[in-house]
Amino acid sequence: MRRTIANIFWLGTKELRAFGHDVVLVALVIWAFSFSIVNVARSGVEDLHNASIGIIDEDRSALSLRIAGAFLPPYFNPPQWIGEHDVDALMNDGRMTFAVDIPPNFQRDLLGGRQPTIQVDVDATAMMQAGIGAGYIQQIISTEISRTLAHTDAPPASPVELAVRIAFNPNLTAGWFTGLMEIVNNVTMLAIILSGAAIIREREHGTLDHLLVMPLTPFEIAMSKIWANGLVISVAVAFALTVVVRGLLGFPIQGSVPLFLAGVAIYLFFGTAIGIFLGTVARSMPQFGLLYMLVAIPLMILSGSHTPQEAMPASLRMVLQGSPTTHFVAFAQAILCRGAGLSVVWPQFLAIGLIGGIFLGLALFRFRHATAQTAQ
Amino acid sequence: MNQHDHPIARLSNVTLTYRNKLALDSITLDIPSGCMVGLIGSDGVGKSSLLGLIAGARRIQSGQVDVLDGDMADTAHRNDVCARIAYMPQGLGKNLYPDLSVRENIEFFSRLFGLSRAERRRRIGELLESTGLAPFPDRPAKKLSGGMRQKLGLCCALIHDPDLLILDEPTTGVDPLSRRQFWDLIGRMRRQHSGMSVIIATAYMEEAERFDRLIAMDAGKILAVGSPEEFKASTRTTSLENAFAALLPDQRREQASLAIPSRDPVHREVTIRARDLTCRFGDFTAVDRVSFEIERGEIFGFLGPNGCGKTTTMKMLTGLLPATEGEAFLLGKAIDAADMNSRNRVGYMSQSFSLYMELTVQQNLSLHARLFHLPPGRARERIAELVQDFGLGRYLDELASQLPLGIRQRLSLAVAIVHEPEMLILDEPTSGVDPLARDEFWQILLDLSRNRNVTIFVSTHFMNEAARCDRIALMNDGRVLATDTPEGLIRARGVANLEAAFISYLEEAGGKQLVIPDGERIDAAAADDAPESPALSRRRQRSFNLRRMLAFTTRETLELIRDPIRLSFALLGTAFLMIIFGFGITTDVENLSFAVLDRDQSPASRTYISELRGSRYFVEKPPIADDADLEKRLRSSDVMATIEIAPGFGRDIKKGTPVSVGAWIDGAMPFRAETIRGYLQGVHSQYLVDLATGQGVAAPAAVNIETRFRYNQDFRSIYSMVPATMAMLLVLIPAILMALAIVREKELGSITNFYVTPVTRLEFLVGKQLPYIAVAFVSFLILFAMTLLLFRVPLKGSLPALLLGALLYVTTTTGYGMLISSFARTQIAALFGTAILSVIPATQFAGMLTPVSSLSGAGAVIGHLFPMTYFLRISVGTLTKGLGFADLGMDLAVLAVTIPALTLLSLLLLRKQEA
Repeated sequence: MRRTIANIFWLGTKELRAFGHDVVLVALVIWAFSFSIVNVARSGVEDLHNASIGIIDEDRSALSLRIAGAFLPPYFNPPQWIGEHDVDALMNDGRMTFAVDIPPNFQRDLLGGRQPTIQVDVDATAMMQAGIGAGYIQQIISTEISRTLAHTDAPPASPVELAVRIAFNPNLTAGWFTGLMEIVNNVTMLAIILSGAAIIREREHGTLDHLLVMPLTPFEIAMSKIWANGLVISVAVAFALTVVVRGLLGFPIQGSVPLFLAGVAIYLFFGTAIGIFLGTVARSMPQFGLLYMLVAIPLMILSGSHTPQEAMPASLRMVLQGSPTTHFVAFAQAILCRGAGLSVVWPQFLAIGLIGGIFLGLALFRFRHATAQTAQ
Repeated sequence: MNQHDHPIARLSNVTLTYRNKLALDSITLDIPSGCMVGLIGSDGVGKSSLLGLIAGARRIQSGQVDVLDGDMADTAHRNDVCARIAYMPQGLGKNLYPDLSVRENIEFFSRLFGLSRAERRRRIGELLESTGLAPFPDRPAKKLSGGMRQKLGLCCALIHDPDLLILDEPTTGVDPLSRRQFWDLIGRMRRQHSGMSVIIATAYMEEAERFDRLIAMDAGKILAVGSPEEFKASTRTTSLENAFAALLPDQRREQASLAIPSRDPVHREVTIRARDLTCRFGDFTAVDRVSFEIERGEIFGFLGPNGCGKTTTMKMLTGLLPATEGEAFLLGKAIDAADMNSRNRVGYMSQSFSLYMELTVQQNLSLHARLFHLPPGRARERIAELVQDFGLGRYLDELASQLPLGIRQRLSLAVAIVHEPEMLILDEPTSGVDPLARDEFWQILLDLSRNRNVTIFVSTHFMNEAARCDRIALMNDGRVLATDTPEGLIRARGVANLEAAFISYLEEAGGKQLVIPDGERIDAAAADDAPESPALSRRRQRSFNLRRMLAFTTRETLELIRDPIRLSFALLGTAFLMIIFGFGITTDVENLSFAVLDRDQSPASRTYISELRGSRYFVEKPPIADDADLEKRLRSSDVMATIEIAPGFGRDIKKGTPVSVGAWIDGAMPFRAETIRGYLQGVHSQYLVDLATGQGVAAPAAVNIETRFRYNQDFRSIYSMVPATMAMLLVLIPAILMALAIVREKELGSITNFYVTPVTRLEFLVGKQLPYIAVAFVSFLILFAMTLLLFRVPLKGSLPALLLGALLYVTTTTGYGMLISSFARTQIAALFGTAILSVIPATQFAGMLTPVSSLSGAGAVIGHLFPMTYFLRISVGTLTKGLGFADLGMDLAVLAVTIPALTLLSLLLLRKQEA
């Protein structure tokens, strides 16, 4: 037992040295866990932010000005005044997502009770913005019209109010979410590549044979890669979380950072195990590269870190329950955004641990087999 | 015919350093033309560096190198003369492409040198014939034996009939028979092309004997220059080996001839026993019923041509390979791959370097000491001992990757015996090691065998080493031909020495590879052609040559075809991802869970809730008990929204007192929260309308707000997601396909062909890129067909615009992968770099989910620079928006401009010489 631990430890130090030696790789990892996260968080990715809107004002009345003035940042960019014939070109280019057409004599017809029609054009191909934005625009226009009719700036009275409050992220700052998810995605990418490519490199350079004739078990070899690569990634995550997300982005982390890191450690167990598994399946680095894309990209994109799980077909959601990445995203949101404790996230931890264990078993099973293949 | 007075290469004051380590120390030297010049010296004295400089593969740091009457620091001159130089780097088949067949490898080189089809056919036929490779033109290079590989390498080097041939240890690791054939071949080539100069680095002194001139080197300096006879005369020795030893500085000279003590015949206990050991790979029998017994303390040699099954047998003994049939016992026990204890007693050194290149010598040694669990004190002693015995002292802090071949081999052996095993299995441990070091090495082996009773099972190509073994097994074609003492073998064949005995056995066995063509006939045939052939390489090199570019295209295409797994991953994998993402990535959020905390429990409150239940977006969960429950369930993500209805809700509505319904939404995922808020507000408005109607106070709305979802009336995300997914996949997959193109050649060594042949950087880049563009375009066509047929998203706009856009786009995305490949140093970095530098921009900044017009900061900049942004407009534009050339001209133009920009960047990052 002690020998096993010592072997795993010393083999792992070799992995760390190899990692530190590759300057380009180290630079890429640093970039991925710092600038890249800030970049994604600060660029206004996702939901309604800086949406481009154009106003076709054929009325040129006080009311039309008032409506146009109600579209405010951060949701909307300052509206652009456009002509009716500009809409097609602007929307075709994707330069404008919304256009509000206020017809001639709108104010007069409204006050005269003639029920005029405002047309809102939405570029339905801008999926993240179109639906939410259309709702906002309707609401903004109705509010302005009610206020005009009531001659007051107070919100119109209604028999029943709906008071919506947002838990955990009151202003719905999207950057917090995208920044966190960027960390999550980087972990997946890096864990699989580092461990899988480490196996292939040992094979391409012939050092794997050498390891296998020493008093080392495949288990020890695999575990050494898991802990060493896991350590590199955990350090990167801890840094990204405390310095970048909490410090630079000002995200008020709700839950326990150590608990989250414990979860990351369990997840890395899966990520590196699947990397090793893929490393034994692929015969060469180019094959591994493609295989990686085929496995990692769906894991990441369908994990709920890009689009909500609720938007996926039920059958796919079922399948995705088997993906630890999905559980990882779920517990990351639970712990960091909602402040959940172990009592809430343990099922996810357990699921990730179990699936990771299966993949580690598979990877070990493939290990000797794979070396026999290259031996000739 | 020889102009000895006119040097082919002239070096003055050439100095070269790697990371503060002096490799060449102000060398001044003239290399005469028209003869065979040998470079001899120990490992790591700078032979390879010197050859690299002369070949133009290495950048000159200081000093002057003139080759073929011009300055090699001058790019124009280098480009001119590289067609007249051939360079074979160190290492078996290092300049070959393992997946390509014999003929394809030669064809590739002939295209690089711009030979016409007719010339090519003639030269290839000639070379195949004269090297004895003619019977197997279609065998992949990776399936050739070492000797044949080197001959093929030579064919490739000679294809353009060079004036100067540079060979860096060409026969290292090659068996004696193949070696003899190799030198015969060189001799014939020189007769054909009189005036061809040859510069060879070698570790075999008996080979050096036949060269015209020798240059002895040590520690980056020239020791002596002269003919072999002059060497021997000046040192008053009879053999070159001794002459060389005598030339070395004092401290290294003590070279006692190796005495072989006889074995103590007392305990004769068998430690390795193989019985009918057989190994088959498919229908190929690598090892065929091999039996032998090795006694404790015996040195047992394995001799045989490359590829005869020596390595496979050794791997079976170590348990690395399972035996197909037969059995083997090690130290009295059947081999069991899982038996850790027996592994502790065996040391193994494989043919490929069993070292960690990124660790220093010291780190390699202490890592292995630890893995064999030597106590720390003992480990220190042992390492100091090994460093002393193997002369590794001055290399302790150097990375293994920086070590010369011979030193690396020494380190490998040191590592293999760090735990003082009872038994050593050594697979060609001394190939590439200089004679002196080899003797030192054998001194250690003899000491281990005679004094410590270590059993040694060793394979070798050196006859003088084989002669030192107690017994030898001769192997050929997977079978043991004979096993006996060296003297016994010589006696049995009635010949003078072991080499003759070896060749005699092999010739009797009639190995297929021994067909040596009739030299006379070849020479006669070649004589006819000789006058015209030198002319072909004299052409001035043009700056861009289509044929050279296509050489890379053809080669890359063949490699792709030879790897059907990769090709099918690329094509079918893309289709697979398209299905998953096309159906999986949507923004049509449904199935949102909510629960109610109804403190009123009145008909009015139930009416409000039923409005929510009626919405197709929401799914109700069991009611909430209290505030604590509400918080808990939001926190655990059991529900995404809660509705709280205050007591007296029904009563207040009746009275007309304004009341309020409280809603909490889980804000963890902002997009989802916004969507829920929108849906809740919609449901609420509907409730208000129903309420007003019910109370009979409904007033018609003051204004109609008519929302038109353009391009996609049903507002189903598939119409935008499918074209967007297509754009995303066509950057991710082609980029990763391409990303290893250059860095892999760097890591595996074939990049040297690019350094020393006339191919330009542009030809190299574009030539390699073309096949991947084709693959990526085919994968676009598959995706497009799926879009139309599977997802039933119709094409509303211009087909030609989409096709042109796709072609431009896949060219930019492969170019993007190429760019990453040109600056990454390792394949791992290239993979991670491509992943991170393509996945993030593709999913976040290219407009797939959020329009680029809404981005700010660095994201906006990346979005505008990333090619996918423009193709996304083209794919969504033509498929969903019904656009054509008129609307998409700008996007097409941007893509078209990006192509040369990316190529130019790669061009700037790619060096035509090793630093």
